Amino acid sequence: MAELFHSSKPIYEQIAEMIKKRIIRGELTAGGKLPSVREMAIEVNVNPNTVQRTYRELETMDIVESKRGQGTFVTEDTEVIASIREEMKKEILMNFTKQMFEMGYTKEEIKQGLTEYLNRKGE
Amino acid sequence: MIKLTNVTKKYGSRTALNQVDLELDQGKLIGLVGENGSGKSTTLKLIAGLIHPTSGEITVNGEKVNRQIASSVAYLSELDEYYRFFTVKDTIEFHASQFGDFDIEKAYEIMDFMKLEPEKKLKHLSKGNRGRVKIVLTLARHTPVVLMDEPFSGLDPMVRNSIVKGLISFVDLEKQLILITTHEIREIENILDEVVAIKDGHIIGHHNVDDLRKENQLSIVDWMNEIYG
Repeated sequence: MAELFHSSKPIYEQIAEMIKKRIIRGELTAGGKLPSVREMAIEVNVNPNTVQRTYRELETMDIVESKRGQGTFVTEDTEVIASIREEMKKEILMNFTKQMFEMGYTKEEIKQGLTEYLNRKGE
Repeated sequence: MIKLTNVTKKYGSRTALNQVDLELDQGKLIGLVGENGSGKSTTLKLIAGLIHPTSGEITVNGEKVNRQIASSVAYLSELDEYYRFFTVKDTIEFHASQFGDFDIEKAYEIMDFMKLEPEKKLKHLSKGNRGRVKIVLTLARHTPVVLMDEPFSGLDPMVRNSIVKGLISFVDLEKQLILITTHEIREIENILDEVVAIKDGHIIGHHNVDDLRKENQLSIVDWMNEIYG
């Protein structure tokens, strides 16, 4: 099935985010090999050039490393991975709080709501 | 790679293309979009050397286009124009005999990928499978330019999806430029590097798809809605 991409962001950035999430979830581990450009392109139904660009961007961010003739690998630097994890968390929290503030919820209401939600029964 | 300079094409008194300038680079997948009769097919036929411009010049790789351009341009017609009594295998072999750059191994590989049966006669194939055969024959050629005229036209979503997959799997973007005309923009939205829009014989837009998203927050479909109103 085709991956769904939204129109407000270049696809190569959206794929980069997808890969970062896979790293955070541990589906891709430190030092692990990424699918080849072609494999990834087929998997997410995009142009190989787009995946090439994603890998290039991730490489400039030191998240992946390409080894000549061998492919592209996730960094072995666990600090980099820890910082992506932190960064992703901040980004999601930022979007969440921004939306809540836009609708007029106070800090206290957000905190309380979040605590209640996390502690709700049946989870 | 492909360059059109001030190209006009008239059919009798009707102007199909009007003073078009267009430059396309190697290594890209480019969509040529527009309504029926806007000049899409005419543009492809001109690049393929199948018809001649009324005025202006077209070059491929710096070489002026003429009938001999077929050696560097693979052209997928929107028509079904193969021998109906040939099997899929016969058709592949016939094409291999016609084009020096035809990679028969790659053709069989794409054929398997498309789940086509080699011994089936073309006349017994569904429309979808005939569409797949055309893709096999086009992508098996090692030409710097590949032109596809409406490869998805009249095909159901499953077939369109398998053609997209085939394209992604077998296109050689290190060496090839692919120019596709289509109405089914949603189908190829995610695989295009660039999009060129044409209306009434004029190019009304030419963009890098990432830039459209990044700078204008527009998908190709959004953008087309904007320019065609």
